[in-house]
Amino acid sequence: MSILSTLQWLEATEFSTGIRESTYVWAYIDGIHVLGLCLFVGLTMFWDLRLLNVVMRRVPVSEIWNRMIPWMTIGFIIMLISGLGLFVSDPVRFYGNIIFRIKVVALALAALNALAFHYGIERKLLDWDTTPTTPTAAKVAGGLSITLWAAIIVAGRLIAYNWFEPLI
Amino acid sequence: MILSLFEWIEKSALGVSVNESLYAFALIESVHLLALAMLGGAVLIVDMRMLGLGLKRLPVAQVAKAARPWLIIGLIAIIATGFPLFASLAAGKYYVNAAFWWKMYFLAAATIYTFTVRQRVAMGDEVRASSGFGKLVALVSLFLWSGVGVMGRAIGFI
Repeated sequence: MSILSTLQWLEATEFSTGIRESTYVWAYIDGIHVLGLCLFVGLTMFWDLRLLNVVMRRVPVSEIWNRMIPWMTIGFIIMLISGLGLFVSDPVRFYGNIIFRIKVVALALAALNALAFHYGIERKLLDWDTTPTTPTAAKVAGGLSITLWAAIIVAGRLIAYNWFEPLI
Repeated sequence: MILSLFEWIEKSALGVSVNESLYAFALIESVHLLALAMLGGAVLIVDMRMLGLGLKRLPVAQVAKAARPWLIIGLIAIIATGFPLFASLAAGKYYVNAAFWWKMYFLAAATIYTFTVRQRVAMGDEVRASSGFGKLVALVSLFLWSGVGVMGRAIGFI
């Protein structure tokens, strides 16, 4: 089964048709997606700024990490579920949209960055509590995260415009 | 009176150039969303702290002080990008859009509330800031700012 035929099957399901043809469901899910953005990207941005040694420099890194990670996770789950809901409503059209594909690539890069952080420098996080600044690797991780999430937001908004011919 | 002002804005160089460009509206709207993330995060981190969530080991005033520059930058950026979006169709679309007016009422209320009541409580007595009263102050803030976001999204669906 190809990606396209899977998405065509998905598009024909009752769930997909239901969201697509409803007047309000799509709007409500999109509203949740926008509010979730504040929780997820807003808090992630503060965490990234702490990694970059820009905000709350005197607060131990581990303290911010331990307190914020549950909320960043909740925000991410809200974004993921609402985003999948939006995608499922019209999967073939999204798949054919070049800007949607750019967003997916940027999401994959952000995920790689997060994984690299988790399996790499996160283990040394406690050490940074006692150093005057965060290490270069932490600054790179924070800077990449802010850049990628900003690109994801911009791409997400631009999906709505039909500037390019559909790819399929 | 207001309608003629909106018509004048729509016909101004700013309004016309955003309206006639194929890309301007979309690109400004994208930056508007980036500003929303910054503003939303700066509002949330303080309200959450007052509700006893998130950075709960830090004093409320310290969290509010750290978030303040980002709150101000986010608010300036969101208004600076919001105005050209509004100008492009001030009379034709926004004047007659109920969600737009609700968004403006929520925005005015949320901004005034944040820089007066919430600011005073967050920067004031620490015990009061994290008391039941502090929680109420934070919930009102969350309600007002959520109203801005929800009504903003609703503009496009009316």
